[in-house]
Amino acid sequence: MKIDVKKVATLANLTLTPQEEHKFEKQLSEILTYVEKLNDVDVEGVEPTSQVTGLTNVTKNDNFSDDSLSQNAALSGAKNQNNGFFKVKAIFDNE
Amino acid sequence: MDVTNLTIESILDGYKNKKFSVNEVVESYLKRIKRHDKELNSFITVCEKEALEEAKKKDEDLANGVKLPLLGLPIALKDMFSTKGIRTTAASNVLKDYIPSYNATVVDRLKDAGAIILGKTNHDAWAHGSSGENSDFGPTKNPWNKEYTPGGSSSGSAVAVAAGLTPIATGTDTGGSIRLPASFTNVVGLKPTYGRVSRFGIISMASSLDSIGHFTKTVSDSARILQTTAGKDGYDATLSSDKPKNYLKNLKNGIKGLRLGVPKEFVTKGLQKEVKNAFEGAVKILEDLGAETLEVSLPHTEYGIATYYVIQTAEVSSNLARFDGIRFGNKRTEFGDEAKRRIMLGTFTLSAGYYDAYYKRAMQVRTLVRKDYEKAFDLSSGGVDAIIVPASPTTPWRLGEKVNDPLAMYLSDALTVTANIAGIPGLSVPAGFNNGLPVGIQILGPQFSEDLLFRIGYSFEQKTEYYKQTPNL
Repeated sequence: MKIDVKKVATLANLTLTPQEEHKFEKQLSEILTYVEKLNDVDVEGVEPTSQVTGLTNVTKNDNFSDDSLSQNAALSGAKNQNNGFFKVKAIFDNE
Repeated sequence: MDVTNLTIESILDGYKNKKFSVNEVVESYLKRIKRHDKELNSFITVCEKEALEEAKKKDEDLANGVKLPLLGLPIALKDMFSTKGIRTTAASNVLKDYIPSYNATVVDRLKDAGAIILGKTNHDAWAHGSSGENSDFGPTKNPWNKEYTPGGSSSGSAVAVAAGLTPIATGTDTGGSIRLPASFTNVVGLKPTYGRVSRFGIISMASSLDSIGHFTKTVSDSARILQTTAGKDGYDATLSSDKPKNYLKNLKNGIKGLRLGVPKEFVTKGLQKEVKNAFEGAVKILEDLGAETLEVSLPHTEYGIATYYVIQTAEVSSNLARFDGIRFGNKRTEFGDEAKRRIMLGTFTLSAGYYDAYYKRAMQVRTLVRKDYEKAFDLSSGGVDAIIVPASPTTPWRLGEKVNDPLAMYLSDALTVTANIAGIPGLSVPAGFNNGLPVGIQILGPQFSEDLLFRIGYSFEQKTEYYKQTPNL
């Protein structure tokens, strides 16, 4: 399987150099070729497993607790803040 | 004082009998870290000042008769575990200056039990890797031979315990990241059942596979730590509501009459001769201890890595999407090669037109892998109590050997990934040496059978006593 690295990188919000594109295309195609051995398995009628716990509808008590972070603590890792908010650059400027 | 080979048990006993103080123990570990870790590179952050302050407090607590299960125990944490006020990097430049504002559940539990954090350990960035070499903070060296890998991804935690820089270190195991490095460094590594230990506050790799465990010198130490970390916390919805068992209670009951399975699919293909010999020796010892060994079949084992590299990378691509440098952390350009590879693989297999062929199919094969184990553990139709397999198809390889061949690196997890796919627990215990490098075996059991794994591991360890051997640094 050949992989369109440029397209995938755009979808994944990654910026690659031409050298990286070349290297990753080769490596990822090799890995995908290996993964295709899954085609040898007969999966007709087999239910997919997305989780192994068997738990369903796990809900949290609907009480408001005081263990949530304060605004200050939540912002403590922010590079830039203003009036108690994260201050960020505009992100929808390309398209 | 010499702390090189102290176990948790001997440290806590020593406090009780006033053989040494917490301060002496903590100081001695810090001294060893200073002396040896420049070369080993097992720590990313050492919390010297804080640890010494804590040690003083714990000595006062001891004098005041405070009783806590791990009072004064020094610990190290893989740098995937969020620690309030202590830098948590995921060994990646993306988070190299990130300081969390809360603790992971496991960190809170260990601290509440009286433990003292010595520091944060090195590992493959985002826990992606089998050798530790994907760390943005440089590779960790194997203390048994510094030209060799200690295994990964929890490389620093395994090495810190093996080299006597801490008596216990935590780890995460998504496809073998605890069991593989444990077997490469002659320490005990536990991957608990998925849903036994909270993932809250641990940087997510692949959420349906991540298991939170630890490294210790001995099996009983491992049981002791699980007793503290296991159980519901109200923050991780995948945790079981069943109360954790008493993991120390049946530890010394022996293994006479237990049925142990040896899966034929693990012992044939590509298994290195040295590993095969060590494994056969271990099986013989377990038989001598009174267990009955029989051949079992796990027919989908050979599809383990392929299944894992579809499911895991899909979940990685989604979990790492949140690191956009907008609220905290650095830009996505700071991701290393391995993270980029996994993000792109996952993005590809989840993208329109490929989902059914890759992701859905892998989830179906996941069902078949689970069923293989369920059948093997079904005692009502001739099944076994637990399964014994090698921890790695090879002994440790040289640093640098596989860095340019990601697929070869992925295949080193061939014997560990299926436990994560099925969500079952695995315990890696030392099984000897080859050319001075450690070899390990894994004991796998049904979901929530950690008590049984400890019992088997303990019997094996008492007979072999490999934990008494320490590397020459």
